Amino acid sequence: MNYKAKIYVTLKKSILDPQGRTVERSLHNAGFSSVQNVRVGKFIELELSGESFEVKTQLEAMTRDILSNPIMESVRFELEEAVMSSEF
Amino acid sequence: MKTTVIQFPGSNCDMDAFHVVSSVLGQPSSLVWHTETALPPTDLVILPGGFSYGDHLRSGAIAARSPVMLEVKKHAQRGGLVLGICNGFQVLTESGLLEGALLRNENLHFLCKDVNLRVENSQTAFSSAYSQGQILRIPIAHGEGNFYADPETLSRLESENRVVFRYVGAVQDAEGNPNGSLNDIAGIVNTRGNVLGLMPHPERASEEILGSSDGLGVFESLVSTLAHG
Repeated sequence: MNYKAKIYVTLKKSILDPQGRTVERSLHNAGFSSVQNVRVGKFIELELSGESFEVKTQLEAMTRDILSNPIMESVRFELEEAVMSSEF
Repeated sequence: MKTTVIQFPGSNCDMDAFHVVSSVLGQPSSLVWHTETALPPTDLVILPGGFSYGDHLRSGAIAARSPVMLEVKKHAQRGGLVLGICNGFQVLTESGLLEGALLRNENLHFLCKDVNLRVENSQTAFSSAYSQGQILRIPIAHGEGNFYADPETLSRLESENRVVFRYVGAVQDAEGNPNGSLNDIAGIVNTRGNVLGLMPHPERASEEILGSSDGLGVFESLVSTLAHG
């Protein structure tokens, strides 16, 4: 079975995000006064193939050990069965 | 002092470090590519500054997982000396050889300038040539040097005297902490005292002709430590 994973990495809530703060200020300057708590992060997409349990175990390990740094980042992922030729 | 400088794709201070150890101090030195799976007989491993793997994913993250780092970890576990400068410091935190992490500079700028450092612990293998509290003028050049650790780790680093270099204002001008580092931390050592990481570049301040030789003491300390135990 083929799977598609979407991985979201952000700075931990307890860590100041200067990039997010700068973006927020810019949005305010542009008149979007309702904006608050901007956090800028990373989005990683990848595909996996194998048995469901094995794929999930591998994905958990790689997100925890390599794709994010737990000292400074929070990470979550979504895993779904890949739909053939869904994107071009 | 047999020294090995590790070269990652994107390292750019490797030759500076090699030059200081081999030419300025006359010590036997070699360069080792990141794909190697063995180190030559060595007393000191230097992880140099630069932008290993283009800083992709996170600074130092990919380099920390390259083949040669398994050997560097074994070297450290045997008590061998490891010095990580700038990107090398980032590689050390990413590989777990040192605690904490290096975040984006608080003001988001890439900073390339001289800073003042205070020697906070002159009892380490990396700082014994300095006097306690000595102020050094050494350049920094980084975009992600903002040292972060959780409160427990931070207080442990402080109580165990493992902050070796700290940013200070004073002396010539009052610039102080350039990047937002917690407790103004510029360099730390591991519990055992054989692995040091620092953001400033001592290898760029090791000859008077380059404006400062304040950084040479790091390398002289190591030579002296190895000679006298």
